[in-house]
Amino acid sequence: MAYSDKVLDHYNNPRNVGSLDKTSNAVGTGIVGAPECGDVMKLQIEVDGDRIVDAKFKTFGCGSAIASSSLATEWLRGKTLQEATAITNTEIVQELSLPPVKIHCSVLAEDAIKAAVSDFKRKHAGEDA
Amino acid sequence: MNTPVYLDFQATTPVDPRVLEAMLPYFTQVFGNAASRNHPFGWDAEKAVDNARAQCAALIGAHEKEIVFTSGSTEAINLALKGVAEMYGSKGKHIITSLSEHKAVLDVAKHLEKEGFEVTYLAPDKLGRHSVEQIEAAMRDDTILVAIMWANNEIGTIQSIAEIGKLCKERKVLFMCDGTQAAGKIPVNVDEAGVDLMCASGHKMYGPKGVGFLYVRRKNPRVRLVAQMDGGGHERGMRSGTLNVPGIVGLGAAADVARQDLEKDAKHSLQLRERFEARVFKALDQVFINGDKDNRLPGCSNLSFAYVEGESLIMGIPELAVSSGSACTSASLEPSHVLQSMGVGDELAHSSIRFGFGRLTTEEETDYAADQIIRAVIKLRELSPLYEMALEGIDLSQVNWTGH
Ligand SMILES: Cc1ncc(COP(=O)(O)O)c(C=O)c1O
Repeated sequence: MAYSDKVLDHYNNPRNVGSLDKTSNAVGTGIVGAPECGDVMKLQIEVDGDRIVDAKFKTFGCGSAIASSSLATEWLRGKTLQEATAITNTEIVQELSLPPVKIHCSVLAEDAIKAAVSDFKRKHAGEDA
Repeated sequence: MNTPVYLDFQATTPVDPRVLEAMLPYFTQVFGNAASRNHPFGWDAEKAVDNARAQCAALIGAHEKEIVFTSGSTEAINLALKGVAEMYGSKGKHIITSLSEHKAVLDVAKHLEKEGFEVTYLAPDKLGRHSVEQIEAAMRDDTILVAIMWANNEIGTIQSIAEIGKLCKERKVLFMCDGTQAAGKIPVNVDEAGVDLMCASGHKMYGPKGVGFLYVRRKNPRVRLVAQMDGGGHERGMRSGTLNVPGIVGLGAAADVARQDLEKDAKHSLQLRERFEARVFKALDQVFINGDKDNRLPGCSNLSFAYVEGESLIMGIPELAVSSGSACTSASLEPSHVLQSMGVGDELAHSSIRFGFGRLTTEEETDYAADQIIRAVIKLRELSPLYEMALEGIDLSQVNWTGH
């Protein structure tokens, strides 16, 4: 299968690989996918006030899944939580030129972003915004 | 050393120069139709075909009259299974085969099911083996055929063919064996093994593509087939169509070289495989051999690398030409049916790669391949949330995943 240059770039030089302290109150963690389906994404955000100051990922999956999550961390940094949840998988598909068979990778990345944001929000439920 | 390094010798092999040399005159000089009876052009072509027939027979301990040339194993399998089903269908409608067979067997079996045959698909054990007891237990009064391959193309597991052959003889059931991966790689003798029908293919043994043969037993019992290709009645009526003389000459030469070099080739491939696996296992933990570690094709190493996904792994080794056990081409990944049938979990099936070592593989290439795969696995495990969780002591089978 031929990969787009951008997918290859993210695969060869993944951005923001790593883990944040999942027990920290400032961190939201999203883990989506399943090993038997061939992809699992872990995406974490560190939030200061309403703004994402750091994002990290680890992904088990094909090159397109790795690229989608790597790209997501780049886009998340500096965004507000609201801006983050507005990111759609179609934007990821366009940016990485993913073929139709790889669209599910971008969907997974969108799901991971939403899961990370809602994990953060759950930790702060009941607090004043 | 040239890259990419070819390590896919179960998929196909290059034509050996000795084979090519034998073939060349038959394109331009000895170009006659082997069925032409009236002139030396035809006689010379026929002589060459007969010689190749003897060479193929010698490789598998058969008589030359038992060799039917085909376009390869797929066609030979179609002829064997459909030909037997049509010929003996009035005696019984039951066929036994394995879930780990090549698609060429499985798809023909499915076709026969549509024609009113009943097929039992046996699941192999976790090493890919079938016991005689399991096959015996599946036999019925109306069983006419057992189709079990000699050696598996994905994992290399070698079956107890002689024991299965003996059982089939006792029960008067025909035994068809896909010998595509075994012929020319390990000792194969159809008489000692009690095989009644067996296919082999030129391109798996350093011969040309698009040519192979079906062995059809002539005595004890005499196997009869209904032809699947009608026409001029070539190959004693079993396979019509003008013979591919240069291809058949190449197949014969490949069989001859393989027979003479069998021990040398097997030793070479085995030594490289052991060298490769030792290097990989020294550097990485959580690597698993798929198949029967102690009884597999000498040049076949199918490994699963836990916590990394197969396609990303293949992407990480662009300088190696290998084959992956999983094809991530759709939303629902399809792990190899062979690994699935052995009960290898989907997760490990997705991370499997088959490395094939052959006649031309060098030690330098072997070491290079090991180092490449080691590097890629280490890199991907750094990226893998599963590896991280496993290191934290989390039991991945207990996690509540959000499957999609
Ligand atoms: C075990 C087995 N059977 C059958 C085949 C089909 O052989 P051919 O390419 O000659 O049709 C192959 C090769 O892919 C094989 O490995």
